Amino acid sequence: MTPILDFVTAVGHALFAACRATGQLAMFAASGLSHIFRPPFYGRLFLRALVEIGYFSLPVVALTAVFTGMVLALQSSTGLSRFSLESAVASLVVLSVTRELGPVLAGLMVAGRVGAAMAAEIGTMRVTDQIDALTTLSTNPMKYLVAPRLLAGLIALPLLVVVADILGVLGGFIVATVKLGFNADTYLTNTITFVQTQDVVSGLVKAAVFGFLISLMGCYHGYNSRGGAQGVGAATTSAVVAASVLILAFDYVLTELFFAR
Amino acid sequence: MSESPPKLRLRGLTKRFGDKVVLDGIDLDVPARSSMVVIGGSGSGKSVLLKCILGLVEPDAGTIEIDGKDLLGMDRAQREAARAQIGMLFQNGALFDSLPVWENVAFGLLALRRISRAEAPAKAAGILAQVGLAASVGDLWPAELSGGMQKRVGLARAIAAQPDMLFFDEPTTGLDPIMGAVIDGLIVDCVKRLGSTAIAITHDMASATRIGDRAAMLHQGKIIWEGPAGRLLDSGNPVVDQFTHGRREGPIQMELRR
Repeated sequence: MTPILDFVTAVGHALFAACRATGQLAMFAASGLSHIFRPPFYGRLFLRALVEIGYFSLPVVALTAVFTGMVLALQSSTGLSRFSLESAVASLVVLSVTRELGPVLAGLMVAGRVGAAMAAEIGTMRVTDQIDALTTLSTNPMKYLVAPRLLAGLIALPLLVVVADILGVLGGFIVATVKLGFNADTYLTNTITFVQTQDVVSGLVKAAVFGFLISLMGCYHGYNSRGGAQGVGAATTSAVVAASVLILAFDYVLTELFFAR
Repeated sequence: MSESPPKLRLRGLTKRFGDKVVLDGIDLDVPARSSMVVIGGSGSGKSVLLKCILGLVEPDAGTIEIDGKDLLGMDRAQREAARAQIGMLFQNGALFDSLPVWENVAFGLLALRRISRAEAPAKAAGILAQVGLAASVGDLWPAELSGGMQKRVGLARAIAAQPDMLFFDEPTTGLDPIMGAVIDGLIVDCVKRLGSTAIAITHDMASATRIGDRAAMLHQGKIIWEGPAGRLLDSGNPVVDQFTHGRREGPIQMELRR
């Protein structure tokens, strides 16, 4: 009986810990969100975070989008040619990029770059007493550190995904016309004909959710880091891993919401 | 005629972390415009004591009164207002490394909206002068400062809003003896000039006797001795004597051996 009891106890403890962690994260997110709408507002910090997430992520997101579009055109062309459906390449590229690959790949890239940096910066502030110092200087750390980053993530990622969508389609267009011999006008006509507003909007909504999740994970793990350099390192890793997994999980949930019949 | 209440009064202050009792019913009075030094070994709960008073850690039991008003009975806005009357010098300075020195110094004044952003650099320069730093230091970043300068900037930030109370967490840790004496001198000057009530926690006996009017020793979660800071080295309490003289043998050592 003892091994079974031990197993049940261990599962119970794990479930309890998971519930507690989820509750803490939900409370943290709710507190951060509520501070977005309550003064004082730190516009300077919001703009700094917006530039950090949006502008400085532009090169990596742009390169990822271009190469993804190129590979997608190449792969879909070789695959669809087996069914004599090469004409569907343009529509497949644009739908894949706008609905899925643009937001998901941009999200994963930004999670690696920005989520890690946020967790490291806030984590270092935690272990060097800077967050306590904020509190002693009449400044709410949730309002000063977390709320501007959450808002910036929410806004910056959709802007990045607009760029990623355009460059992804452009990458596909270049490969299709230069390498695969597609007619440029026909390719563009097919691209514009098949893409619908909902495809782009769903991708942008996903991007906003992913941006929020990336900032949330970076802030949450950084804010709760403990134990010096090792703790900050662990927080950074946790932030990136958690944000990446959540992006993929929420991608499915949002796709279900938007497109399930 | 009734006696005026102390500036700070702690009664039965208790804090546990899991099974470990860090503060075990602390009673302490700090008269207004005096300096209290709290000494104690590593892990004795000195920092937790300060954090409880500052509201950074929630105590499990007890009362914290400032000017006769219980902090723990106040609502959030009242506690924040009370906290704004306390300046804190952290052990490692805790300067915001994403901000230049002038913005670190003026941070509290900007947060309290007592000055505009345009006024802040000049105001910070004036406060830096009070801790013996040139106005040009205001344009540097915390990473460009030596340990002693970081402590001075931390002190400047703590006194910027002219608080009623000043807390110092290990103010001379990591400094050479001369710089330690300089920082102690600045602390004494600032406390006198502002007419503040000060609480310092330290391991450094020279610093304790320079800063403090009175001293208390925290040991195993309790205040085991309290008296004039000048009597720290001659307290008559075997635990305090062993600690202040840094003797290997004595009651603290004996407890560790058990």
